[in-house]
Amino acid sequence: MANHTDSLDHLFVPVRQESGEQERISRPALSAFQDSWRRLRQNKAAVISLILLGIMIVLAIVGPWLTKYSYAQTNYSAVYQNPSADHWFGTDKFGRDQWARIWQGTRISLLIAVLAAALDLVVGVAYGAISALKGGKVDNVMQRIIEILIGVPSLIIIILLMMIMKANIFTIMVAMSITGWVGMARLVRAQILKLKQQEFVLAARTLGTSNTQIILKHLIPNTIGMIVINTMFTIPSAIFTEAFLSFIGLGLQSPQASLGVLIHDGFQTLSSHFYLLLFPALVIVIIMVAFNILGDGLRDALDPRMRK
Amino acid sequence: MRRYIAKRIVYLVLTLFIITTATFFLMKNLPGTPFDEEKLALLTQEQRDQIYASYGLDKPVIVQYVNYIGNIVQGDLGTSIYYTGQDVKDIIVDRIYPSALVGLQAILLGTVIGLILGVLAAYRHNSGWDYAAMIVSVLGVSIPNFVLAALLQYYIGLKWGILPVAFWESYDSSVLPSIALSVGVIAIIARFVRTEMLEVLQQDYIVTAKAKGLGQMAILSRHAVRNSLIPVITILGPIVVNLLTGSLVIENIFGIPGIGSLFVDSIKTNDYATIMGVTIFYSAFYVVVMLLVDILYSLVDPRIRLGSGRE
Repeated sequence: MANHTDSLDHLFVPVRQESGEQERISRPALSAFQDSWRRLRQNKAAVISLILLGIMIVLAIVGPWLTKYSYAQTNYSAVYQNPSADHWFGTDKFGRDQWARIWQGTRISLLIAVLAAALDLVVGVAYGAISALKGGKVDNVMQRIIEILIGVPSLIIIILLMMIMKANIFTIMVAMSITGWVGMARLVRAQILKLKQQEFVLAARTLGTSNTQIILKHLIPNTIGMIVINTMFTIPSAIFTEAFLSFIGLGLQSPQASLGVLIHDGFQTLSSHFYLLLFPALVIVIIMVAFNILGDGLRDALDPRMRK
Repeated sequence: MRRYIAKRIVYLVLTLFIITTATFFLMKNLPGTPFDEEKLALLTQEQRDQIYASYGLDKPVIVQYVNYIGNIVQGDLGTSIYYTGQDVKDIIVDRIYPSALVGLQAILLGTVIGLILGVLAAYRHNSGWDYAAMIVSVLGVSIPNFVLAALLQYYIGLKWGILPVAFWESYDSSVLPSIALSVGVIAIIARFVRTEMLEVLQQDYIVTAKAKGLGQMAILSRHAVRNSLIPVITILGPIVVNLLTGSLVIENIFGIPGIGSLFVDSIKTNDYATIMGVTIFYSAFYVVVMLLVDILYSLVDPRIRLGSGRE
C-alpha cells in the first residue's frame, strides 16, 4: 500500500509558488467615489432619473428662451388658448404663454431647492460637526437647543415667517432653513461621534496625526456619503414646501411663476382648462420622483450595507 | 423611565412657550390690521380707539403679551376678531370633528393598504408585487398631495361625478379628502414595512418556525408580521407631520371646515387671536404625539430603554 503511493509521486510536479503573484491585485484600484459611481450606473431607475433631471435642468435653463413670449407678458386677445403650434402649452387667463411660465417656474423651484440644500449643508453640517468635535459643555448647550427646535412643527414657523416677510424666493429660503438644518446636524453629530471612537482614528492619533488632519482625512470622507444622501432628500422636500406655500396662497404670487403658483392658478380653472393644471403638475411630479429615486440609488451606491 | 418622561415634559412646555412667544411677536409685525380697513376709515378716531381697546390692542405690546400668557395659563385663548365676538376656543372645538374624521380615515386607510402592500412586497421579494409596491411608495412620497387632490377632484368628482367635489354636506364629502390624505401614509408605511419584513424573514426564529413545520400563513401572521410591526411606531411621527401638512391644503381644496382651513383663513384675515390659538393647538398636538410615540415605543419593545445613555 505504501509502495503504491510512493510510485505515484513522480506523476505530480509541485507548482512553482510565486508568493507575490497571488497577492497581486489584478484590477486597478477604484477610489470610493469611482466605486459608488460604478454601483449607481448599474441601477437603471437611478440612471433614468439622472437623465430626466438633466433634461429638466436643461429645459429650465433654455426653455424660456425657446419661445418668443416672455413668462410675464400678457396678451388679452389670446387668453385661455389650448396648446397649439404657437403656444406649446397654451396660455393662461391673461394670455401669458404657459410654456415660458412653466420653465421659468421650474427655474425658481430648482433654485430654491438648491439654495435650501446649500444652507442646510452649511449650517447643518457645521453645527453637527462642531457639536460632536467640541464635546463637553458646548455639545451639551448645542444639543439642548436642538431638542427644543426639534419639537417645533417647522411648517407652522415657515408659514408664520412667510406672513410677515415679503413673499419672494429669499423669504421662502430663509423660512425653510430655520428648522431645515436640524435633521442634518443630528445625523452629522451622531456619525462623527461614532467615527471618533473607531480604531482607525485612534491609530491615526497614536501615530501623531494632527486634529486638522484627522478631520480632513478621516472624519469628513467617512461622513460625506451620508451628507450627500440626506441632501438628496432635502431637495425634493424644499421643492414641495415652496409649491405647498404658493398653492395655499402664502408663497410667491402671480405674475411671478413657480411651479406652486402655476398649479394654484391651474387649480382655479380645473374644470374648464385642465391643461393649465396638468403640465405644471407633470413637471413637479417628474422632478420629485426623479430626485427620490436618485436619492434611493445614491444611498445604495454610497453605502452598500444599507441596501435592502 | 419616569425621569425621562418628566424631562421630556419640561422640554415640551418650554418648546410650547417659545413657539407661543415667537408667534405672538411675529404676529404683531403682520402687515395690515385684523379689521375691515374700509369700514374702519369711516369711523371717528374715538370709535376706532374704542374698538382697539375692546380687544386690548391699545396697550403696549409687552403688556398685551403678559396678559395673553396669563389668559392662556387659565385656558382662555381670547376672542376672534374676524368671527366677531366668538371665543377662539369654541371655534377650534367646533372645527375639530371634520379634521379628525378625515385624518383618522386617512390613517386607517393608509395603514391597512400600506401594510398589505409592504407585507406582499417583502413576502414576494423581487416579484411583480414587490415592484408594484415600490412604485406606489415612490409615487406616494413624490406626488404633492395637493396635485393628487386636484386630480382626484377632476376625475372622480367632476368628470365621473362619483363623489361630491367640495363642501361639507354629508359623509360622502369626507371620502375624497381622506383618500387624498392617505396616499402619503400608504407610501411611508408600505416602504417601511417592506424593509422591516425583509429583515425579519431572515431571522433565526423564522427558520425555527419553518423547521417545526409551521405553515406559510402561520409563519407570516404569527411571527413575521408581528415582529415587523413594532418599528412602525417610530414612523408615526413623520406620518402625523404628513397629515398635519396635508390637512392645510386638503381642507382648502375640498372646502372642509376644519382646523387646517381655519389656520390658513385666519392668516389671510390677520385674525390675531385665531392665528395664535390654532398655532398653539397645532404645536401642542404635535409635541404631545411625539412624546406619546416615544413612550409607546419603549413599552412595546422592551429592548428600547428610554433615557439610558445619550441620544
